[in-house]
Amino acid sequence: MDTVNSAVEIIVSIMLLVGAFFTLVGAIGMVRFRDFFQRLHAPTKATTLGVGGILIASMIHGVAHGRYGIHELLITMFLFITAPVSANLLSKAALHLKVPSGAGHPDVARRTTTGGDSPRKKAKPVRSKGKPAA
Amino acid sequence: MSMVEHKTGRLWLAHPVLSLILAGSWLLLQRSVAPADLLAACVLALVVPRVTAGFIGNGAKLQSVGAVIRLLRIVLWDIVVSNLTVAKIVLNPLRSPTPAWVPVALDITHENGIALLASIITMTPGTVSCVVDQERRRIMVHALDCDDPAAMARDIKARYEQPLKEIFG
Repeated sequence: MDTVNSAVEIIVSIMLLVGAFFTLVGAIGMVRFRDFFQRLHAPTKATTLGVGGILIASMIHGVAHGRYGIHELLITMFLFITAPVSANLLSKAALHLKVPSGAGHPDVARRTTTGGDSPRKKAKPVRSKGKPAA
Repeated sequence: MSMVEHKTGRLWLAHPVLSLILAGSWLLLQRSVAPADLLAACVLALVVPRVTAGFIGNGAKLQSVGAVIRLLRIVLWDIVVSNLTVAKIVLNPLRSPTPAWVPVALDITHENGIALLASIITMTPGTVSCVVDQERRRIMVHALDCDDPAAMARDIKARYEQPLKEIFG
């Protein structure tokens, strides 16, 4: 018989909803964004507050049931170690392949003073690349 | 202890903190302190730092605990705030983001500090560090929605790089 009071259940539910919301936003961003580099931003959302909310919910639930939420901390640690590395490798490969970017292409071979020196257009040429057939 | 006299790469316990983290993580993953798991944890703690010594260099000495706490607070706060900012951009159908490349010139010299800075930039939504340019000492950041790259670079330097400089010395 669990005697977990309803206040804990409510907090856990709220954290789950927060996590689910930001994961959903990340997924919508993946569809809505227009080029590869913008899409790189979607997973960073999902892995921070998205997974974070779910993990906090799991920890609270675990503590309420007499279990320590240390595994969740490990998950956080592994995510924070691995996510930036994969994002960095993906973007390096994309720069190398000269994947079109809505912000123009940074000249990594030459010194640039400010980024975004190209006109901010709506990244029209990108469309042929990414969009999955509806 | 004769640690200082040796080249760090040749020592079994050149990175005691790393060894502790490895052994601790292993035991937590296994959820047991059975003799076999303890043995495996010890082997990991001894072998992994030694094998990877060539990659991870000499490690760092923590210079300021206060700066660590400050950085942690700033980063956690920024993750929440920028998650909300990016969520607003994603969910507003009328507005499409204006992405920009933001070069962030580096003052920090410690390699681990640079790696940590790049990771922090990536983990805060709205910015991804794409190229860590060691030669020119800068990080090329892709910003999802940025009107003023210079201001954003200043912001990154003030909020993340300054505490990191204090931490790594």
